[in-house]
Amino acid sequence: MELLIELWQVLFVVLLLILAFFTGGFAERRHYKSIIRREDELGDIAVVCAKTLPPMHPAPRTTLVRGNAVISIDYFKRFLARLRMIFGGRIHSYESLMDRARREAILRMQYEAHVIGASMIFNMRFETSSISKGGKNAVGTVEVLAFGTAVIPRE
Amino acid sequence: MITSTLETVPGRTIREHLGIVQGSTVRTKHFGRDLMAGLKNIVGGELKGYTELLGEARDEAFDRMLEQAKAKGANAIINIRYGTSSVAQGASEILVYGSAVIVE
Repeated sequence: MELLIELWQVLFVVLLLILAFFTGGFAERRHYKSIIRREDELGDIAVVCAKTLPPMHPAPRTTLVRGNAVISIDYFKRFLARLRMIFGGRIHSYESLMDRARREAILRMQYEAHVIGASMIFNMRFETSSISKGGKNAVGTVEVLAFGTAVIPRE
Repeated sequence: MITSTLETVPGRTIREHLGIVQGSTVRTKHFGRDLMAGLKNIVGGELKGYTELLGEARDEAFDRMLEQAKAKGANAIINIRYGTSSVAQGASEILVYGSAVIVE
């Protein structure tokens, strides 16, 4: 009886891993596709980290814009990452998670700037925080905030 | 009210500095959202509930900062920065601060 319960627990984890492998991979590919498409659409709004504006006449209007995204990794990649933590080295799946979150945050900020008719975003900054779930799998959900100053040219 | 992450307001000169203004709020996650988040932790993807929650929290912190600036008689806030810190398990603090100034 105890053996059966243990076997069931192992089977449950394996099933979860298989489910996560497919859903996680699908979610990531779909997200990248959408990111690439929107980066093309919003590409004309330049995002710059410089602090000083080039001289513009008449002086433009400026306002704060921001965008954020909370993205979670799937169970399969979290499992791989935990294995990787035994040997050390690069964790590719977490790199792509951070990349997706940052690009998504920038896109949302660019979209907000686009809506108000801005042509550029100056002095852009990132803020990254991990949303803790507690327990063993504490890492795996990240929040990225991108904010900057939208520059709206005057007629 | 002009808000900016830059140190100047283009085309205007800063007449007076009124000091730092800030707004903050501490939020915790909501049970229903947490349930969805648990599921998303398995399948992967964006946690829209959390994205919205943090967005609303930032709006509120921002409004508080604006109120402070208005009370000081400022017409612009420059050099704005955001900060996030977790104060307790499952709760985070959202902070926004900047310099209140009068521009002409």
